[in-house]
Amino acid sequence: MCAVILILVRNKLLPVRAALLFLEVLISLSLLQKDFVPFLLNFLREQTSQILTNGPSTPAKTPNSKARGSHGIGSERRAGHRRSSQKASLGSFLTATPEALPARRGRRKGSNSVSASGRQVARDLGRSLADEEEGKNESLSWSGGRRKRSEVPLVSARSPPSQLNLNNLEEFPPMGAASGWTNKPSRRINPTPVSAERPLSKPKMCFTSTPVSQPLLATWLLCIHLQSCIMLLLLNFRCKLLHQASSPAGISLDPGTATKPSYTRSASLPAESHLVTCANPTKVSCKKQLECLAQLYSSCIAENLVPNIFLELFFVLQLLTSKGTSTAEDEDSDLEVNERSKDAPGRQHFRSVHNCVYFAVQVLDYQYEIISRLEKGMLKLLAENERIASFSPTLHERLRQAYESSTAKVSLMLPCSVQSVSFQPETDNRSNFPSDRAFHIFKKQRDIFYELLREWEDNHEKTGWNFEGVLGNKVRAMMAHLSATCNHSHFARLFQKQLIQMCKGPVGGGASWGDAPDQDVLNMLGSDNLSRLKRLQERFVVPQSIRGPCPPPSFPGCQQFFRDFILSAGSYQFNQHLMDSLCLKILELNGLTLVEHEHSDGEADMDEQDEKKRFAVVLLSLRLLAKFLGFLVFLPYRTVEQPTRDLQDSAVALRNKTLPALDVLMLLRQSIRDQRSILTIPWIVEYLSLVDHIAPLLDYYRKVFCLLLLTVLSEDKEMSFLNKLLILAVLGWLFQVVSPVLLKSAKTVDSVPLVDQQLLYTCCPYLGELRKLLASFVAGSGAKNGGFMRKITPTAAESLAPKHFSLEQVELEQAFFHNQPPSLRRTVEFVAERVGSNCVKHIKATLVAELVQRAEVMLQDKVKEDANHDKLLEEVCAHLYEEGAQALIKGREFCKKKGPEAVRVLLPEETSAAVLSSAEDIAVELATEKACGWLSANIAALIKREVKATFNRMLRVPGFPLPGEDAPEPRRDCPPGCQHCAQFPSQVINEIKDVLCVAVGPRDEGEVVDCAWLECLLGRLSQTLRCRKFMCPTSEQQLAKCTVELASLLGDNPTYGLLKLLLSVWKEDFGTPVPVQLMFSEKNISYLAGVKQREWDLFLFMLHGLVEHDLMRTNEIESCLHGLRESEIRSIAT
Amino acid sequence: MKLTKAQYDEIAQFLGHVQPTRQSLRQLKEKFPSQSQSTLLSIFSQEYQKQIKRTHAKHHTAEAIETYYQRYLNGVMKNAAAPVLLELANEVDFAPSLMARIVLERFLQEKEQAIPSKTLINSMLRDPSQIPDGVLANQVYQCTVNDCCYGPLVDCIKHAIGHEHEVLLREMLLEKNLSFIAEDQLRAKGYDKTPDFILEVPVAVEGHIIHWIESKASFGDESSHQAYLQDQFWSYWNRFGPGLVIYWYGFIEELDCHRERGILLKDCFPTDIVTLRHSMAQC
Repeated sequence: MCAVILILVRNKLLPVRAALLFLEVLISLSLLQKDFVPFLLNFLREQTSQILTNGPSTPAKTPNSKARGSHGIGSERRAGHRRSSQKASLGSFLTATPEALPARRGRRKGSNSVSASGRQVARDLGRSLADEEEGKNESLSWSGGRRKRSEVPLVSARSPPSQLNLNNLEEFPPMGAASGWTNKPSRRINPTPVSAERPLSKPKMCFTSTPVSQPLLATWLLCIHLQSCIMLLLLNFRCKLLHQASSPAGISLDPGTATKPSYTRSASLPAESHLVTCANPTKVSCKKQLECLAQLYSSCIAENLVPNIFLELFFVLQLLTSKGTSTAEDEDSDLEVNERSKDAPGRQHFRSVHNCVYFAVQVLDYQYEIISRLEKGMLKLLAENERIASFSPTLHERLRQAYESSTAKVSLMLPCSVQSVSFQPETDNRSNFPSDRAFHIFKKQRDIFYELLREWEDNHEKTGWNFEGVLGNKVRAMMAHLSATCNHSHFARLFQKQLIQMCKGPVGGGASWGDAPDQDVLNMLGSDNLSRLKRLQERFVVPQSIRGPCPPPSFPGCQQFFRDFILSAGSYQFNQHLMDSLCLKILELNGLTLVEHEHSDGEADMDEQDEKKRFAVVLLSLRLLAKFLGFLVFLPYRTVEQPTRDLQDSAVALRNKTLPALDVLMLLRQSIRDQRSILTIPWIVEYLSLVDHIAPLLDYYRKVFCLLLLTVLSEDKEMSFLNKLLILAVLGWLFQVVSPVLLKSAKTVDSVPLVDQQLLYTCCPYLGELRKLLASFVAGSGAKNGGFMRKITPTAAESLAPKHFSLEQVELEQAFFHNQPPSLRRTVEFVAERVGSNCVKHIKATLVAELVQRAEVMLQDKVKEDANHDKLLEEVCAHLYEEGAQALIKGREFCKKKGPEAVRVLLPEETSAAVLSSAEDIAVELATEKACGWLSANIAALIKREVKATFNRMLRVPGFPLPGEDAPEPRRDCPPGCQHCAQFPSQVINEIKDVLCVAVGPRDEGEVVDCAWLECLLGRLSQTLRCRKFMCPTSEQQLAKCTVELASLLGDNPTYGLLKLLLSVWKEDFGTPVPVQLMFSEKNISYLAGVKQREWDLFLFMLHGLVEHDLMRTNEIESCLHGLRESEIRSIAT
Repeated sequence: MKLTKAQYDEIAQFLGHVQPTRQSLRQLKEKFPSQSQSTLLSIFSQEYQKQIKRTHAKHHTAEAIETYYQRYLNGVMKNAAAPVLLELANEVDFAPSLMARIVLERFLQEKEQAIPSKTLINSMLRDPSQIPDGVLANQVYQCTVNDCCYGPLVDCIKHAIGHEHEVLLREMLLEKNLSFIAEDQLRAKGYDKTPDFILEVPVAVEGHIIHWIESKASFGDESSHQAYLQDQFWSYWNRFGPGLVIYWYGFIEELDCHRERGILLKDCFPTDIVTLRHSMAQC
């Protein structure tokens, strides 16, 4: 046990003075046990529980099962509080030794009943998360918990308090169990939801039994050793305290009887919260002990021996801001304290607010390095904290300076607005679908999807609105349509893109603190939104919103829509396609080259900024996607109740045989090897935060968790501080919400400072809780808080070109790139990708378009002879395929011309000629490979598709000559100098229609067809027909037909002039054939029946005119008249 | 021209039960001299169509069809030159073109002993000369010519008006140097829903970003606008983002309520256009 002290002293983590003091305490201890850190942390919680009334309880390290089983739980339930999830304890990996297992096994029955007792009421993570966020399902789920509990005998009959077994998970269950979020989130703000509880699952494997990768083994063994040393030390310490517990003072620290106020206390501020006791440095007692404890505690934090450093910081801030009760204060005379301290040092240490604050300020001083890197608003609050100022003027001064020099402004993001995913012909047009039907159905699905989204956006915040109730059936109807046409993959892609589009930013309602509002932002918002935001902001800063630093996984803001959609859809096919799509995107993003610049030279400033920005965008997208992937992957296994032991065993046996959807273990290993864990771990954490009860017990995920632990065990001094902080924060959070673990030394790899405070706080909005706690302390005094975030506008990350596969060349290329700056490679790959793609587009627009045009001509000729369109199409295409081979030649030319141009522009001017030329060559080669590869495989299909589409369009054009008809006259242009100011065709048709109305009748009194007016109209018609600008085929055809009808109807008094004009318009101005033969139809001839001689003369004149103007031939007229006579005879006969 | 809901309601109320004749149109113009003729005609047409939709079924019962056909036969027997069908349509408050269709369908059914195809009917309505009965042909033609809300002639006029406004809009875009992709190009690329114009570079109109412009040569009343939103505008938004709809014959002011969401309404080509580099408000 001395070993740990020695190590700590040697590393200058523990001053000799403190070490000696501690050893002194230890000498009097007899029992040897381990698990020091959990004990210490718990000890501090217990000690301070009376004094802490601010904020939610900080989860304890080693919650006491009995206390919870009997007292704690009961009272908590009565208060209607909820606790966050508690799950598989990875902490047990560390604390349980293989030898300890048999002993535990013997007691397993008991442990199961404990876990089933409702202590950890399991709930379906998916649905209940949803319900709880809206605060609806509360009574339902809790009643389930209650019922269950009453069936099970209480645990007080179990092991006597004196026989502590720290290997026993029941007595030292994982710490997550303790987090009792008692604040109900305001329904309007809808922030981080109350936890869905998950039951305590009990991993049986111990840490030493898991496979360990060789390089890490040594570190790890050292860690185990250290760990056990500390545990021994602490157990002794604990035992000492236990002795005191039996003292007449009755201050019991016995786990069996000690109450855990942290479970029972409400997080909302009590009524007397305004009676803040004035902390006085002169009233501090037991200074030495407090200092010693603070040092010890700080060493644990500094060495990452605590599961979650931010949890500890939160706790320390709770101490700093503790209000105490005035009565307790008065009773506490210094004498009494001193007296008691002899017997029960622990109890008295934190009896008074003064002591708590003293301890807190001490710890903060030790943790200055971390604290000084927190965001600026937080530093401001610390710097302005009068308790710090009075207890440690030096720390106060340092904090003030840190605040002044800090640039780490973090701000809230504006609420996201819905934007659509744009339609891209490459992936979305007809050629991407197996059938017309599938294409058209998907068209509808896309619109329905956005309709749902809009409806959700409008209504989801309204009281009583619920997704399933309102939209559930619509979603399922949509799924049924998708299934009918196998359109799932298309929809999954749309869904995923929309998800990223809407939720890639930090918000969605997650962040709940920030800087003072930016005036520009406020101006942009307008006064309406401004007041709304202000109200929102106020809600954010009220003390009630403090939820503690370990909120359960949630789907804030717009993410809610997507989660609810998945749940309501309940479609296996859709989920599978969505998982495929998410996996692909995750792999793509996880594999991106993110760091390119050389860190040594100073000129990289701009690159660095870009890199950080890009990194942030990629990281946030990855976390989002991974969270949804985790949600989907573990969704089928989510159970409301903790599975029974038998079920659990069989489930583990079964599922150990299946493969994971995404090989996170492999990716994690790779990332560690490549020193990219700063990108990978944060998203793997999101993925794992949604595991079901069983998953952590599976061999595979056990390895993942172990590797995460080992990862943080491996030291990397080069890792950037904030990178490290981010990894610590997310892992700390994961182990808190999923499976608490005792960490040792969480130092990971990556050295590039990619993480800034903005990203840290964006990924871990719960860190804002620290600040809120401080803010709540000054609340009432009108502290200004809350605010807004600047919007991160990400640039799309372009995926790099697929590799080409010529072995030797690849090697040579690798070698070439090896000693060049990474940006060179990226440039070349980028150029190759773009040029290759442009090449294909160019070929399509030139060669293929040309071929299609020729095909069109051929088809137009042949379609008149041959009615078998398919066969015709085949023939024409076959003819073109040969010429399609030219595409490769042209493609090669294109790449050869464009590639070098682009490379030259993009590479630095100073690049040496040889490097430049090699880079050009590689780019050209890659581009050619890409383009020609595609072309040779697809050119024939492409030609056929295009020709077919053109042909179909051709057939659809109204007036297209089908077999036997004449081709239409080519479209004409306007006459030279046309001003396009003739009447619109629609107006002329309308006027002619009016004339026809009068001509056909019935007429109003005095209505006549005015010949002069008609002549004028025909004049205007002539002009309208000459200007082609506004003319369309249907208008012209209609005009032609109407004028023929008009000619037939000119019963009364047409003039020869009018007829001449008409003939001339028909002949000269129409671009479309005029159906003059209509004049000989039975109907139109009948208008002539019974007309006067003069009109027959006019008719004859018209016939002559038709012939003269080449509008009809004599024999055509004869045949028309002949036909007319025959039908006359027929009708007489019938 | 934008109308308030109240203004629009006044017009709609006047149109209550008028017949779709040129005489009614004349009355309407006299009653509302301040409104443009095209706007009035558009509203007239829409209101009449609503009325017809409401009563459509009642004119298509077997009994109704039989009655109409018999009345037609009796009518032309007495006087084949009289406007029998047209008067019948006006009498029973039904569109003359649609009445012509009913009777023609019934006539063909009797003649051919089979239900005639829609294509055939449509073709005969477009060109009554094809109707194998001279009298009926004349009657049908009289109906379609005199109907100012339904029928092939009206359809053609509407189509022409739509086309003309698209051409106008295209001219304006070219004049303002805004490059665009037109509907036919979009269709050729395989877009499933295509507004009239997609701007290659988005612009801001009255402070709203627009990506596309749709031209509507009609008046935007509630029901037509809702239908367009559902079938077209939201679909465009879903694919291309926010955009602009121009109702050349005006719309009800209150319908322009989706500006924030990304659908902007105008009754003319906008003047306040801001492009990426500079404002064109002065142009």
